Amino acid sequence: MSLTGIVRPYGDTTGDGRVQVSFTLPVPFGDETERARAEGAALQLAGKMGLDPAMVVHAKGMGPHFTFFIVYGRVSHLVDLSAVTVTEREFPLLPAAEVNLRIRSGLGRKLVVVGACIGTDAHTVGIDAILNVKGHAGEKGLEYYREIRVVNLGAQVGVPDLVARAAAEHADAVLVSQVVTQRDAHLTNTREMSAAFHAGFGPQRPLLVVGGPRFDPTAAQDLGVDKIFGRGTTPGEVASYLVHALAPSSEAA
Amino acid sequence: MTSKLNLDPALVRRARDLAAAAGQPVVDMARTHTTVSVERAVLRLAGLEGADEDGMPWVNRLADAVRESVGLEHGVALPAWDAMLRGGYPELRTLAGDAGAGLVKFRLPAGGEADAARAAARRSVKKGISRIDGQRAERDRMIAATSDPAMPWIYLIVATGDIYEDIPQAQAAAREGADIIAVIRSTGQSLLDYVPEGATREGYAGTYATQENFRLMRAALDETSRELGRYVRLTNYASGLCMPEIASLAGLERLDMMLNDCMYGIIFRDINPVRTFIDQRFSRQVHARAGIIINTGEDNYLTTADAVDAAHTVVVSQLLNEFFAREAGLADGQMGLGHAFEINPEVPDSFLLELAHAQLVRELFPDAPLKYMPPTKHMTGNVFAGYLLDAFFNLCGVMTDQSILLIGMMTEGIHTPFLSDRDLAIENVRYVKRAAGQLGASFRPEPDGFVARRARQVLDETIDLLGKIGAEGLLNAIADGTFGVTKRPADGGRGLDGVVERAEGYYNPAAEMLEVNP
Repeated sequence: MSLTGIVRPYGDTTGDGRVQVSFTLPVPFGDETERARAEGAALQLAGKMGLDPAMVVHAKGMGPHFTFFIVYGRVSHLVDLSAVTVTEREFPLLPAAEVNLRIRSGLGRKLVVVGACIGTDAHTVGIDAILNVKGHAGEKGLEYYREIRVVNLGAQVGVPDLVARAAAEHADAVLVSQVVTQRDAHLTNTREMSAAFHAGFGPQRPLLVVGGPRFDPTAAQDLGVDKIFGRGTTPGEVASYLVHALAPSSEAA
Repeated sequence: MTSKLNLDPALVRRARDLAAAAGQPVVDMARTHTTVSVERAVLRLAGLEGADEDGMPWVNRLADAVRESVGLEHGVALPAWDAMLRGGYPELRTLAGDAGAGLVKFRLPAGGEADAARAAARRSVKKGISRIDGQRAERDRMIAATSDPAMPWIYLIVATGDIYEDIPQAQAAAREGADIIAVIRSTGQSLLDYVPEGATREGYAGTYATQENFRLMRAALDETSRELGRYVRLTNYASGLCMPEIASLAGLERLDMMLNDCMYGIIFRDINPVRTFIDQRFSRQVHARAGIIINTGEDNYLTTADAVDAAHTVVVSQLLNEFFAREAGLADGQMGLGHAFEINPEVPDSFLLELAHAQLVRELFPDAPLKYMPPTKHMTGNVFAGYLLDAFFNLCGVMTDQSILLIGMMTEGIHTPFLSDRDLAIENVRYVKRAAGQLGASFRPEPDGFVARRARQVLDETIDLLGKIGAEGLLNAIADGTFGVTKRPADGGRGLDGVVERAEGYYNPAAEMLEVNP
């Protein structure tokens, strides 16, 4: 099948354009009038979404104020495959077992990660979501990886302390989180942190990784760090990146 | 109950004996130590509420001031009430204000002055304990005036971060059929060494547990319980660094169930093991008094380890949780021991394995209101397959007579549940209850068939592991990564600096009133 042509959704016949959607509207579904009105509202939304014709196959009141709908319909939109752009992550996402294996074969020892919130930020939500076994978004944190040793320093860690601890632990990577920030303190803090690592370690410095919802993921070079993770990052992405950067596969991909 | 699995009663007794042997040293440690949070809980029971202008609770200010001045080895009560009496303070709040400003000189009173301080402390704390007793009686009255739903209870979670959004969602969930509403806490609250104050409208993936939030939600659910003629229970989390305080607030505000695992914070939040076991014992004593059902967190082990290989670690933890719970005074009917439906659905006979595990737990703990957790690990984003898997979970739950079913969401791991996700989930469990609610009574696995043999194998593995833990010591076993894969040494993790060995003459009026095994 061509990957550059024009396609439509496939229900049971090529080009039929049939799709299924479900949604809730804050409308009552009580007496006959309300029901008719609710279904009409659902059809209106379906029409605006480009479903024509559309059919409400299921409507159910949920409490006095809401109705749930399942709608089937035909969309006329065309999908131009040649116009699909894919932003490639520069590293592959690996399952935990593969991460562990790559560390064992690539490093021959545990990979050491030192994590902290720096500055006055007391919100360890981000760093804990990435590091704690409990994890985030259904993924276990880095502590869960047998081949990663995690040292979580918690919140309000001073930059000199972080540098000293990274040296003492022989950190391969330093993870810094900045969640709550005022007047771009997250940028100032990050620059201070990266400068301290560059000064303290020279070229042998650990990998510097920062994360937080306010960061621009493309600004790593400007801030003097190796990688920036933005909102919604999962532990698996961080683990995969660490392996990509620190334990390159011996086999050419 | 006759065993459907042909369990050998002698083996079951042996498993319990081993759990007791493994747990006793930890109990001894808890009885000879205190923590900052236990001491702050004493102040909360004595009625000290509120926070300073920085949002730091007065209980923290006062306990910290006492600790800096004379230490907490003798408990907070003696020096605090001594200072109250000497300074002529009308209430703890004014004492805490002065103490926070460095205006109070604490000392350890002796002789008659110590007797006076102890008596005053006892009178104040007694008011809190009486309020907890009153709330327990009020729960009974509410249940009598409405009704107690039949088990399995349907357990649903709300978590918007904003208590004023949580309330209508919780009420809606109750109207849809939820028997229990759990308000998930804000991510990271377990790592705060203080309990936030007041009604809160911002949280990360959950709502802060505060006394005011507890009160607001319980009042709202009382209103809904009356409307529905069915008592809707409220759940929160007594875990993390403030476990004893949260437990006390739960008792004071009539929460009905509390997550309260003996090892969850250690394994999954890297809270110091010693701190956790001490805090846990006090919090369970409060729960026992308050008539609160605890929920333990064994389901979490299966989210990190393989649910087949690690099945016995769940039972080991349940037996330990049971030992600690009984020791603290909880009745069997207050032990919502946890487990989960987390076997990879690709594994052949996965449903039979789930049945074996669930039935084993049911038979080992016949009087416990077992809490059964739905699949999370193998929910893939295929919501249709997830809906089917949740139906099998519900079926296993009704077949093996589980008491509390946390309702699985087909959108698990994708987003916080939509209103419609919850409605569909309840439709799912209602269908299964209606269609197969009586199936358990007719379910008789072959005495030497796959299910019975698997259950007996898990029990054997449980006994082996408990033997090893007893020989090694529970704290060492935790340090070695026996539970949930992670290694947690006794001198590591958060909160160890809040642990204090009790000195001769230690006095804690709450512990005195709550102790059932003096």
